[in-house]
Amino acid sequence: MSVVTSGRYTFPSYNLVFFIFLQLGLHSVEGVWPLPQSITSSPERYPLNPQAFYFTYGSQSAAQEGCSVLDEAFKRYFSLIFPDYSSGRFYNQWSFVDKPFTVQVSVGRDDCDSYPDEDSSEQYTLSVSAGQASLKAETVWGALRGDYSICKIYLKSTDFPRFQFRGILLDTSRHYLPVQAILKTLDAMAFSKFNVFHWHIVDDPSFPYQSRTFPDLSAKGAFHPMTHIYTQSDVGRVISFARMRGIRVLPEFDSPGHTQSWGKGQSDLLTPCYSGSSPSGTFGPVNPILPSTYKFMATLFKEVSSVFPDSYIHLGGDEVNFSCWKSNPDVRAFMLKMGFGADFTKLEAYYMENIVNITVALNRTSIVWQDVFDYHERIPKDTVLHIWKGLPASYAAELSAITKAGYRVLLAAPWYINHISYGQDWRNYYTVQPLNFSGTEEQKKLVIGGEVCMWGEYVDATNLTPRLWPRASAAAERLWSDEKQTSDVDKAFPRLQDFRCELLRRGIQAEPLFVGHCKHEYQGV
Amino acid sequence: SCHDGLPIGLQHNNIDDYVEAEPVFEASKYGSLWPLPQKVQISEVSFKLTSSSFRIVDAKASSAGPSCSLLQSAYRRYYEYMFGSAKKQWWSKNNRRSDPSDLSELQVWITSPDSECDGYPSVTSDESCEYLPFLVHVMFYGLETFSQLVFEDEYGAKSINAAIINDFPRFQHRGILLDSSRHFLPIKVILANLETMAMNKFNVFHWHIVDDQSFPYLSRTFPQLSEQGAYHPYTHVYTPADVKMVIEFARLRGIRVIPEFDTPGHTQSWGKGQKDLLTPCYSGSKPSGSFGPVNPILNTTYDFMAQFFTEISTVFPDGYVHLGGDEVDFTCWKSNPDIQKFMEQQHFGDDYRKLESFYIQKLLDIVTSTKKGYLIWQEVFDNGVKLKPDTVVHVWIGGGSDKEMSSVTAAGYTTILSAPWYLDYISYGQDWQKYYKVEPLNFEGTDEQKKLVIGGEACLWGEYVDATNLTPRLWPRASAVAERLWSAKDVTDIGDAFNRLSLHRCRMVERGIPAEPLFSSYCPHEYKGV
Repeated sequence: MSVVTSGRYTFPSYNLVFFIFLQLGLHSVEGVWPLPQSITSSPERYPLNPQAFYFTYGSQSAAQEGCSVLDEAFKRYFSLIFPDYSSGRFYNQWSFVDKPFTVQVSVGRDDCDSYPDEDSSEQYTLSVSAGQASLKAETVWGALRGDYSICKIYLKSTDFPRFQFRGILLDTSRHYLPVQAILKTLDAMAFSKFNVFHWHIVDDPSFPYQSRTFPDLSAKGAFHPMTHIYTQSDVGRVISFARMRGIRVLPEFDSPGHTQSWGKGQSDLLTPCYSGSSPSGTFGPVNPILPSTYKFMATLFKEVSSVFPDSYIHLGGDEVNFSCWKSNPDVRAFMLKMGFGADFTKLEAYYMENIVNITVALNRTSIVWQDVFDYHERIPKDTVLHIWKGLPASYAAELSAITKAGYRVLLAAPWYINHISYGQDWRNYYTVQPLNFSGTEEQKKLVIGGEVCMWGEYVDATNLTPRLWPRASAAAERLWSDEKQTSDVDKAFPRLQDFRCELLRRGIQAEPLFVGHCKHEYQGV
Repeated sequence: SCHDGLPIGLQHNNIDDYVEAEPVFEASKYGSLWPLPQKVQISEVSFKLTSSSFRIVDAKASSAGPSCSLLQSAYRRYYEYMFGSAKKQWWSKNNRRSDPSDLSELQVWITSPDSECDGYPSVTSDESCEYLPFLVHVMFYGLETFSQLVFEDEYGAKSINAAIINDFPRFQHRGILLDSSRHFLPIKVILANLETMAMNKFNVFHWHIVDDQSFPYLSRTFPQLSEQGAYHPYTHVYTPADVKMVIEFARLRGIRVIPEFDTPGHTQSWGKGQKDLLTPCYSGSKPSGSFGPVNPILNTTYDFMAQFFTEISTVFPDGYVHLGGDEVDFTCWKSNPDIQKFMEQQHFGDDYRKLESFYIQKLLDIVTSTKKGYLIWQEVFDNGVKLKPDTVVHVWIGGGSDKEMSSVTAAGYTTILSAPWYLDYISYGQDWQKYYKVEPLNFEGTDEQKKLVIGGEACLWGEYVDATNLTPRLWPRASAVAERLWSAKDVTDIGDAFNRLSLHRCRMVERGIPAEPLFSSYCPHEYKGV
């Protein structure tokens, strides 16, 4: 890659000097975020000509032209590298550059028509030299992670994620998010190398998912049965838009708590609460004592597993309030019959076990909130526990305990990004040390990643994007990059500032970190 | 530094165990009116409004006619708010004849002999109004209130209830401060917020236009100020045409534009384009290369200020200019031997506040000579600077602002309050309630003193705010301040406020303003501008 064709530069003799690759260039590569695992770059930059810039497939590549994922990515990245090209503004400026530049992409496997999954390799190697760049990856998903817009610098980079699961949770129940807002988020996620969209699609306030099998759920449980729902085609669009960006879509249908909206369209699903000896007219969590409940759930999850291709389903299981169960005489009778005594966590565990078994039968891996681990001993071993509670000391203890029990775990507790405060709180998200808990090497390997959660109480389409970006990008680097190379938050600051300006240029309404300006300010309102 | 995490109890996915009770929306008897008018009677009788037949017209006896472009453009604006743009309406034309139960006209009757059509809103403008659906006496804000009375049924048809409303603001100065120095705010964002201010009956845009970080104001007299001091000399400046556009856009909405040119502190960006304006700081016996506040000991400083503020007085038509005067750091002045010498000559001793007063007093004289009144931040008063009797003292320091209001008014000065309304300080949850609960006159003082409180301002400082997040961060949080400053003192029912404000925020969203939600809920028309 250090072979230089002469004549492209005004002062070819300088090239030798420039080609001493600097390890120090690591932090000087503007706007590269998250930081690659290894990158060596020359300080030289040179212009790219949109009229002589090509993406091609390497001759040895398993995927060739017609690979939807990569063909689409080439189109996207071309417009990102040359944002003004279609307006024709650069025509004259660039016409003097005559030598073509080719980005050759080679992948080891033709997985163009598949979906990314938990085992997908995202490793890639990118080297840029005179007139060409080559990107090699095992899978198309790895090829997507290469940031082609840094092709204007000579560099060599080998890159791979530290954690395999790097997610963003959006909550479409507390406020309905128009599909457009979700797609915009998926776009921005890809720029920060997030690879899982955790879709907390339903909850107490509303049920916007339009079910094929149970259309009443959204007809009666959505904020509005026509304008505030996700149709099957909406969901399909989200999944395919995500796939093109190497992002998995993980649906969450949280039960037995957080299900008030389910009850509106499915009678007898929720537990009737009692006030004294008569029903009070209000309802509690899903009714765990009726066979009809499990029949309903089996049918619903069968649909969910056919609509969402990912092999994981999030089952929720958090924050179950026992007061309604306690008030209900039938539930109490059932407790007695099952020998649960007065321990309602046993009833909850009984319910969750049934639900997890339904998903196991559907060949899906379950993710559940940590509450399920806290209250329950018998969880199938391949279940993933999702930590959401507490300060560093308490989530570290939870990480220890869960991994000691041999379960895989996901960390969300430090990244509840809906909690806003004055100032640069991205620093808190950045300085999290996900593996800083007491445990063996084997235990640490069970931490499969982390997730940024944007709960929806105070968030809708009006403020989602600036509240999410670039704050979530701080967590993105923590989950992708090497922790030792990225431990200095002050060093990260200017790079993240550049990256947020780059997000703006790419049309993402990312808010500022502090005083200053971007060359291209956001032009919307 | 601030890695103290979040208080336990806020970590939950929902608010089951959350201390704050979950707000439940119920319809208010006042519908979606915001801010609540002084006197409202809404009857059960309702009338249909049909876009094809409804008109807003001047009443026969009105002192303003078709030549009053201010009102005519307001009529069009509100017609479009109520029915959508004329383009969307073409299909309904002649679709349906108006029937007798329709409300076909809003008559606007300007009763004051001078309709002020071509003037600028000023401190003396009478904003009181009284109107019924048929016979209307309106000064400016009546149109907004009328449009708020219109509601839509589930098929999209518009109706209005018969109502008698008599309205006027409790405080005369109801402002929003935007900071275009820490981040440059494109004109479009400023205009969108003027539009939203009108929806909330704010009437003062306090434009904190320059500060340490950048000088985006393009001065005709001193163009080098923005050439050198703006973030970018072409893309991050306000040209005279831009400023004019902002002022006219504001005028059409009954909003005054008060520019702030803050000195002697907060002026780092001024120094880039104006040599010798700032004080050179010393390190030992040598200049350190850095600069402090405006240099108060040079005649050239005052020559510059005289020319500069003469320009400002012609560019900005409002009768007031905000002169800042806050947070002056004395360390640089202390380090400079020439300043030390000057202090000695003037017998200021070691009291640098006297030097600050010296500067401010000269500046106030200069501004007075341009025939403008002025507002200043509270420190200027605290430091004992001699002020003109009509000076407005702006109280901003949190903690003890009640005491400050007491002493400012006891000294006989008019004042505006901002201390409890620093909206750039964000926190999790419904902080609008905190802004709503403020009572500006809740300080010790006589009735005469209370009358000196002419209003307040919500401030959105720009350290963490630019075009990407300004609008949802400001609205509807600032709407809480709007009602406090407009409505009667006893309008304090937080539950009723929640119900009306929820609808008001959805109305802003429907009008294209990304006003953020108050809590879990939905709007019939969600924000489409993603």
